[in-house]
Amino acid sequence: MIPTAFEYFRPANLSEALALLEQYKDEAKLLAGGHSLIPLMKLRLAQPQYVIDLGGVKELSYIRESGEHLLIGAMTRHVDVETSEMLRQRCPLLAETAHRIGDVQVRNMGTIGGSLAHADPAADYPAAILALGAELRAVSTKGERWIRAEDFFVDMLTTALQPGEILVEVKVPALGPRTGTAYVKVAQKASGFALCGVAVVLAVDPNGVCQDVAVGITGIAPKAYRARAVEEALRGRALDASVIANASAKATEGIDPLEDLHASAEYRAHLARVWCRRAIEQARESV
Amino acid sequence: MGRTIEVTINGLLYRHDVEPRLLLVHYLRDVIGLTGTHIGCETSLCGACTVLFNGAAVKSCTLFAVQADGAEITTIEGLAENGQLHPIQEGFWMKHGLQCGYCTPGMILAAHQLLSRSPDPSEEEIRRGIEGNLCRCTGYQHIIEAIRYAAEKIRVTREGGARSK
Repeated sequence: MIPTAFEYFRPANLSEALALLEQYKDEAKLLAGGHSLIPLMKLRLAQPQYVIDLGGVKELSYIRESGEHLLIGAMTRHVDVETSEMLRQRCPLLAETAHRIGDVQVRNMGTIGGSLAHADPAADYPAAILALGAELRAVSTKGERWIRAEDFFVDMLTTALQPGEILVEVKVPALGPRTGTAYVKVAQKASGFALCGVAVVLAVDPNGVCQDVAVGITGIAPKAYRARAVEEALRGRALDASVIANASAKATEGIDPLEDLHASAEYRAHLARVWCRRAIEQARESV
Repeated sequence: MGRTIEVTINGLLYRHDVEPRLLLVHYLRDVIGLTGTHIGCETSLCGACTVLFNGAAVKSCTLFAVQADGAEITTIEGLAENGQLHPIQEGFWMKHGLQCGYCTPGMILAAHQLLSRSPDPSEEEIRRGIEGNLCRCTGYQHIIEAIRYAAEKIRVTREGGARSK
């Protein structure tokens, strides 16, 4: 499995990378951790003429606090998200999600920005990014803009990023008071990709009443989505077993589940309902 | 359209002109001649091609050689010192951690990563640590015992070394 020939660039900083991308636009692909792009190139599903390797752009690898938010550079590797003490304390959902990606070797190379920009419908991060209400910063030679997570995922393998734009930063809120989170997943056995992954951010008052909730689901549809019907069925209600079960039953409302050799649409919908319930329960326990 | 790269492999510095599309595993096997790194699935699943890349276990079928410019790589050939097997290699030998041996180099380097991050791993941690490596012979139990043997051997050697100081 040999990719087609390409010209390779390794810019030393972001402005060099932006200039190259501006020059080659659609003919170029950005290489981050490479664990989505290189397999596609080996299968010749992707045949870029130019590859711009961001591996030398050290300024895009960081995790830092900014008031009530945490900023993660796009080139931050999954292993660094997984093991970040700051994230474990202040945004455990993101660290837990990173922990469930692929395997050790994949997490050593793969990056949060690469994964998000690739927008694989079975990737783990999108569920957490949606549930957290993250914002994503994209930069081009013309300037920068923030994209809300919900606007970022457009379709299968398609994001709101425009030619010439580079995703540079992910901004997530720090964990609020009386808030629990969970990411649960059913992995496809061979690849580790999510047949179904559910991320929940849940705020409850001292009486166990749901004050706010966000549910992100990946693996089920062509793109990860917010399960609004589930959220509405939880908000303002005391979270007993029947409320959670009724809400989880709406996990695929308005969604047309994918069907492939790993799972039928019916089975995927079933997984979404069952694991949505487990994720809500787990988030409630972690408050 | 070659590109010149400098890579330190098992402590030796190499300099080559390579095509950008050359995968690291092919560079190691075909250009350097280090065939201990195996090619299994070629889809970054099986882990047979695992090497250490600046100390981190990676699947060398999913990296271009050009990405390794300036990096330090350790392959299975780089573990033994002065003809003495590395404790992990010794563990695989003593505990029958292999049958056909195809997965073994990758398995050993994944174990190396595990023990560097977690020197005294539980069985659960060992199983997690080799989640990216498939073995179709052993059923994994002997591999887990081999890694546990290595952890113990490294601990004893380190404590022995500390005492003699």
